Amino acid sequence: MSKVGIKSYSYCLNHAPETGSHYGGTPYEAYHSGKEQEYLDALPKHIQSYDHALHYAPNQTYIGGISYEEFEALPSGWVNNPLPDDKSKRYGKFGELMPEDEFLGLISACDEFELVWLEKSFAENVSKKLAEDPVITEAIVKRVLRPKNMHELSEIETEVKERAGLYLYNEGKVVGCIRSGHPTDHCLTAHVLMENLAGKASGVLALLHLMKNSGMNPNDLDFVIECSEEGAGDVGQRAGGNFAKAIAEVAGCVNASGCDVRGFCAGPVNAMINAAAQVASGARKNVAVVAGGSIPKLYMNSRDHVKKNLLALEDCVGSFAVLLVPDDGTMPVMRLDVLGKHTVGAGGAPQAVTSALTFEPLQSAGLTFTDVDRYAPELQNHEITEPAGAGNVPLANIKMIAALAVMKKAIEKPAMMDFIKKHGTIGFAHTQGHIPAGVPFIGHACEMINEGKIKRAMIIGKGSLFLARLTNLADGASFLIEAPEPVKTESTLSKEDIKAMILETLSEVAGRLN
Amino acid sequence: MDLQNQQRVKDAGEKYGTDCVVILGSSDPEGAEIYAETVTAGDPTYAGPLAGVSLELPVYHIFDPIIRAECDPAAWEEQISMMEMVLEPDALAEAVKGMREQYSKNVIE
Repeated sequence: MSKVGIKSYSYCLNHAPETGSHYGGTPYEAYHSGKEQEYLDALPKHIQSYDHALHYAPNQTYIGGISYEEFEALPSGWVNNPLPDDKSKRYGKFGELMPEDEFLGLISACDEFELVWLEKSFAENVSKKLAEDPVITEAIVKRVLRPKNMHELSEIETEVKERAGLYLYNEGKVVGCIRSGHPTDHCLTAHVLMENLAGKASGVLALLHLMKNSGMNPNDLDFVIECSEEGAGDVGQRAGGNFAKAIAEVAGCVNASGCDVRGFCAGPVNAMINAAAQVASGARKNVAVVAGGSIPKLYMNSRDHVKKNLLALEDCVGSFAVLLVPDDGTMPVMRLDVLGKHTVGAGGAPQAVTSALTFEPLQSAGLTFTDVDRYAPELQNHEITEPAGAGNVPLANIKMIAALAVMKKAIEKPAMMDFIKKHGTIGFAHTQGHIPAGVPFIGHACEMINEGKIKRAMIIGKGSLFLARLTNLADGASFLIEAPEPVKTESTLSKEDIKAMILETLSEVAGRLN
Repeated sequence: MDLQNQQRVKDAGEKYGTDCVVILGSSDPEGAEIYAETVTAGDPTYAGPLAGVSLELPVYHIFDPIIRAECDPAAWEEQISMMEMVLEPDALAEAVKGMREQYSKNVIE
């Protein structure tokens, strides 16, 4: 079996502007350097409200509030062209955009070690709001109200001042804290634990929406593969894991096990291949690929946004989940026989990387560039990246694919721009590292396949491994999603056999009668 | 230009002097111009090891015709020709040329 079914998918955002403006990597570093007070003072004036985030077209595209085709048809300059109210709901077809106060409540619900303290009245209020969320279970709401997680403001202040905790804020006020997990272990500081707990909580939200969208009972989930870029562990095992099981536990998937797969931005595509292989081999009945998001990446490019007097849009922690099951001929499939692999020997030149991820797998399957209706590489929102000097990442990628198509004589050079327009995708994902890495298009691609609008899409993830200072190699992986084909069932296969058997038996009986 | 690369260029510049040629591969003209300024006049952002250090090195973009002529055509075809279609080679070469003409002590003849 070289195909697996994509049964369901979910995409969620957690609005976190106050957490981000204090603990996002760039503001946090600026605060500790003590040299960038002007930027830190200016940042809060560039933050967008939750309501603005709801009306922001890329966010609605991510959570499935609008279709990809609606998004593609919008005029450029999404910040200045907010969506109408009827297209700007909290809940989309794929997931939701959760406000920050509820996210803090969810983080508290995901805490097992009394690391999150919320001020009592805040916890009570936020638990009521969370109870209204259709995917938040009663058990999760109760966890927000555990006495060990609720404290007086004075206790919270003491914890921060005397034991290296970090305040949590909402509407400009202190509403809680994250406590340090160890007096000396630098892998268990409050900042690291906040990052990991937020990654876990956002992953839980995506998995809960996945269960709802698929109609699957959480008891029936077999395995979870988590593929974020966070590292959970102590000084003895810095990124030992296991986010997958921790997420499955809170989501009530009692019969599931899980593990983490890492690979920077190429992590999710590698995790999808890993999960699909386990389903295709029969090792697992089904696998959910899940990733929570990143607090350090919030406001990563905000220095440039502030400098250019723009809204700082990197205010959402992103998450996603995809459920893979055996192919039954009724749902879009992921092919395992056409995989892009960036080998160690391929080198880091863009031409080599693009060839390894697109041309080579397509050629091996007897396909050409134009056989793929949509390419989805690195879907960063260019309204965030362009002011920071990082350009339009998805456009740069599809231009490279088009240029390679010219070199391989799949298209003529004058047709490059048409190819780019027809086969490219516009980025709509937050700059959350692994989150934009091709995977946000899986949901839209499946929808378009189900509606008969496309037949095939390629999901591409690329990772910058040099960031870990282990190797200068890049990484990348890709796979194809296709429309389903009828699966030959056992009864269809044996129909002729049954007929032959009956005729044979009748013939034998007739012979005996003679 | 990130701090590690500034340090590498500074080390090479100090070791080999202005006979050392810097070849840039940046993808946008604005960035190419800043990198070229960094390795000639010094880091304009005053953030890295080349802040206030004028190495005056000869600097070229990989798409400059002088550099292209030095390259093995087969290697160029295999490694670079695709990006030549994607980027704006002339604009990139010109952006670097502007800085080279102002600040580089030596040029390739």
